Amino acid sequence: MNAYRFTLHGAELHALPSGALWWPAERMLCVSDLHLGKSLRYARHGGAHLPPYETRDTLARLEADMDGTGARQVICLGDSFDDTMAAHGLDPEERQWILRLQAGRAWTWIEGNHDPGPIDLGGAHQGEVQLGPLTFRHIAAPGAEAEVSGHYHPKAGLRGVSRPAFLLDRSRLIMPAYGTYTGGLRARDKVLAELMGPEALAILTGHRALPIPMPRAAPPRSRAQA
Amino acid sequence: MPTLPEPFAAWFAGRGWTIHPHQQEMLERADDGALLLIAPTGGGKTLAGFLPTLAELAEGDHEGLHTLYVSPLKALATDIRRNLTTPVEEMGLPIRIEDRTGDTSYTQKRRQRADPPHILLTTPESLALLTSYEDAPRIFRGLRRVIVDEIHALAESKRGDQLMLALARLQTLCPDLRRVGLSATVEDPQAVASLLARHPDPCHVVHADPGPDPDIAMLRTEEKPPWSGGGAAYSIPAVLEQVKRHKTTLIFHNTRAQAEIFFHNLWLANEDDLPIGIHHGSLDRGQRARVEEAMVRGDLRAIVCTGSLDLGIDWGDVDLVIQVGAPKNVKRLVQRIGRANHRYNAPSKALLVPANRFEVIECVAALEAARDHDLDGDPRGPGPLDVLCQQILITACSGPIDAVALYHEVKTAGPYAGLPRAAFDDCLDFCATGGYALRAYDKWQRLKQRADGLWELRDPRSAQRIRQNIGTIQDTDTLKVKYRGRGGAPLGEIEEGFAASLEPGDTFLIGGQIVRYDAMREMTVMVSRDAARKPKIATFMGTKFATSTQLSQRILRMFRAEDWPELPAHTRDWLHLQREISALPRADRLLVESFAHDGRQHVCAYGFAGRNAQQTLGLLLTKRMEEMGLHPLGFVATDYATLIWGLEALPDPEPLFSLDTLEAGLDRWLAGNALMKRTFRASATIAGLIERNIQGARKTGRQATFSSDILYDTLQKYDPDHLLMRITRAEAMRGLVDFDRIREMCARVQGRIDHVSAPHVTPLAAPLFLEMGRVPIEGAGRQRLVEEEAQALMQAAGLQ
Repeated sequence: MNAYRFTLHGAELHALPSGALWWPAERMLCVSDLHLGKSLRYARHGGAHLPPYETRDTLARLEADMDGTGARQVICLGDSFDDTMAAHGLDPEERQWILRLQAGRAWTWIEGNHDPGPIDLGGAHQGEVQLGPLTFRHIAAPGAEAEVSGHYHPKAGLRGVSRPAFLLDRSRLIMPAYGTYTGGLRARDKVLAELMGPEALAILTGHRALPIPMPRAAPPRSRAQA
Repeated sequence: MPTLPEPFAAWFAGRGWTIHPHQQEMLERADDGALLLIAPTGGGKTLAGFLPTLAELAEGDHEGLHTLYVSPLKALATDIRRNLTTPVEEMGLPIRIEDRTGDTSYTQKRRQRADPPHILLTTPESLALLTSYEDAPRIFRGLRRVIVDEIHALAESKRGDQLMLALARLQTLCPDLRRVGLSATVEDPQAVASLLARHPDPCHVVHADPGPDPDIAMLRTEEKPPWSGGGAAYSIPAVLEQVKRHKTTLIFHNTRAQAEIFFHNLWLANEDDLPIGIHHGSLDRGQRARVEEAMVRGDLRAIVCTGSLDLGIDWGDVDLVIQVGAPKNVKRLVQRIGRANHRYNAPSKALLVPANRFEVIECVAALEAARDHDLDGDPRGPGPLDVLCQQILITACSGPIDAVALYHEVKTAGPYAGLPRAAFDDCLDFCATGGYALRAYDKWQRLKQRADGLWELRDPRSAQRIRQNIGTIQDTDTLKVKYRGRGGAPLGEIEEGFAASLEPGDTFLIGGQIVRYDAMREMTVMVSRDAARKPKIATFMGTKFATSTQLSQRILRMFRAEDWPELPAHTRDWLHLQREISALPRADRLLVESFAHDGRQHVCAYGFAGRNAQQTLGLLLTKRMEEMGLHPLGFVATDYATLIWGLEALPDPEPLFSLDTLEAGLDRWLAGNALMKRTFRASATIAGLIERNIQGARKTGRQATFSSDILYDTLQKYDPDHLLMRITRAEAMRGLVDFDRIREMCARVQGRIDHVSAPHVTPLAAPLFLEMGRVPIEGAGRQRLVEEEAQALMQAAGLQ
């Protein structure tokens, strides 16, 4: 298996190479920041017409992960839609697809900053979810323990290749963005450096989930030295 | 014959000048719809272009804009304004002259729109922006003439295509508009003329006296040039000697990286402290301006430079041009040599410095070509569609579009004369709906058709975004480099990819200084001075030109000779040895050598197709060899050959080199290729699918936009025949992939392959072993490397 296995506060978890999180004991699959409907939102605001295929591409990858794991429970960790209008303006075929994926599964939409309101689709809508020892919420709370969050779209690189990455330390996991049209924030960034403990790992997605020590910005040299 | 009218005659006489015949002819033909002047530098070209305008404006009864001057360089517009203002003031002419570029202030620009000057000096991009305003018809009312300077340079790029579309627009607004082009020496004046003229109108070409032939030679040095590399460090003492003997020397290089290294070495050897500067496009604007000013004042004895000094401005007393590295292209060489000696009728003096042994041959071939006036140039294909998409959007910003009228207007632009209606409609559909197979945007069109059939912007706010995106210059993502500390001085820019490869403590060269990389602050690379004598990382990458088809052909013709008395002994002996051990390549056959070396099997194919095509050839051949189980490990390409190494010997090269095999491989290979993604990004930006990075958005560190590679991959997967994918394929075939030259090679070789199985490395192949830029073959091996490195990092950190 190409996943990276680890334990967070007693929960045995798998970081999948696709950027999804799998919790075998709960048969739970978690994905973050799908940003469905992003291309349509761009166009509504008078921007360019991006190739309108990102929603089906994201759903196809999600379906493959659900089939691969046999998930009975799905948590979408916020920013599932690029905005609330995107959720309501889904193409009928894509809407049908989501309903099909939901059938027979416990499905939770966690609210994100892009999609704060309830969505006109099946599944539960929650601000955050407690499952076993873990708390699932969109934005990491400073000082929180046993927390799984998204929001920052972390990415990290090795040998000049930059990939979306999970960030993991003793207290928390920050998930990479799963959506096809999502950029990323370098793991070196100050915000992430402050959230994550000194021994944090970055788990690169791609062909297989690959853990490396989380890249950190070089400490600034003192004035006396310079 | 009209004589020079007053007050011009008196002004000329006052300076002891007589009018040049070509200036006279330009005056006589002032009413021609289109006129192209070909003149060497220093031939009074600019005055020739402006004389008819000055004469017409001398009466003082013209209201508003009369003449628009367009040049590829902002600096040139400013320079010309200064040069033109002098005679206008001295003759007391009632003429207002102003420039308008990206550097012009907002208030000045507003005023110019409300009350245009008689003569406006600008760039293609600023002009395109002007035509996008709703009040364009008012701004350009009264416009009588447009002068396109350095049109030979514009003619080779999308900036020229965009300019010609803008001229078509202006011609619709001002039907009496006359066009004047000013050009340096080109191989095909008629091609430039038909680009300039309103299609299908004629365009007369005025030839100025080209002056005496330049005095060019190869720099003879005590030391032999090395077998490979581009630094030409061996020539430093001889070059310094030449600098001492001349007033001002321009030292041209083909890449910025080479210019940096050469400048650094020159500086180390400069014991007499001669004032020498460096000038290239990646340096900070302020730094470049200081070098330019010092040069105009005559304070510098030499300037190490790149193509950034190819055009325009009169640099004063340059009396020697040195070209370091093979010129790759004879036309550019001749134009560069023209930079020396701006005194009319004095021969320009130039020296060529080959950087390595093979370039000795190339330099000799280029010298002969220059003496024979045999200039090279590949005809450009039809006008690119990404530029047309931008033009449609620009036009829509100025007001509703009638599709039929716009189509006919576009067809009057030379590059688009043969544009099929279907291609135009594809572009219009792309601008309106995105042009996807999945019609997702019918409700959110960018352009929508009104009841009267005209197309207009659905959301007027999008005009702002379209205007911000105007232009065709591809800015690679670059990061500013600054000294650390508050108010640290800016040094210039480096490519993002190069910046990503730096680790704190690494040293590199920029602006002739060795600096140490300290940190990345927001989007700026912070560095400090470093005392090291040798930078750890050579320098940032730069564009590499491919040797032109004509020059390659000339080298192959040289190889047919029995002997080469014109070559230095070391190079001559080398060629004789190659002939003895293997053979010399020929134009009508393909020489393929195979030999074992250092435990690896090698294949060397001398296609003489230019660097880009030889690179493509390497990728295609190794892919095929991988399928054949020959386990290729890597390859390296130069302008004349591709060398491949691997585990198994190649039994018979013939099937590998058939055009059919290569073409079949191309389709499969191209789709996922990085070159394609780079080409896509450029075209998608021009066509308006990707918005140029706005500094503010990048500053936050958060990538507001995601990589254009994702868009490419998505289209490749769901909509491979989308307009932009078609544009990308067409562009790549001509540009980075350069498959056209592989086709040209296959056509001349006609399957005649000479396979030489040599006992060891051959003389001609030997330098390839020393070439930089070896390409490892992607495959399972690479993934393993990454994993091993990750493992090592984890262990080092004590995490496993």
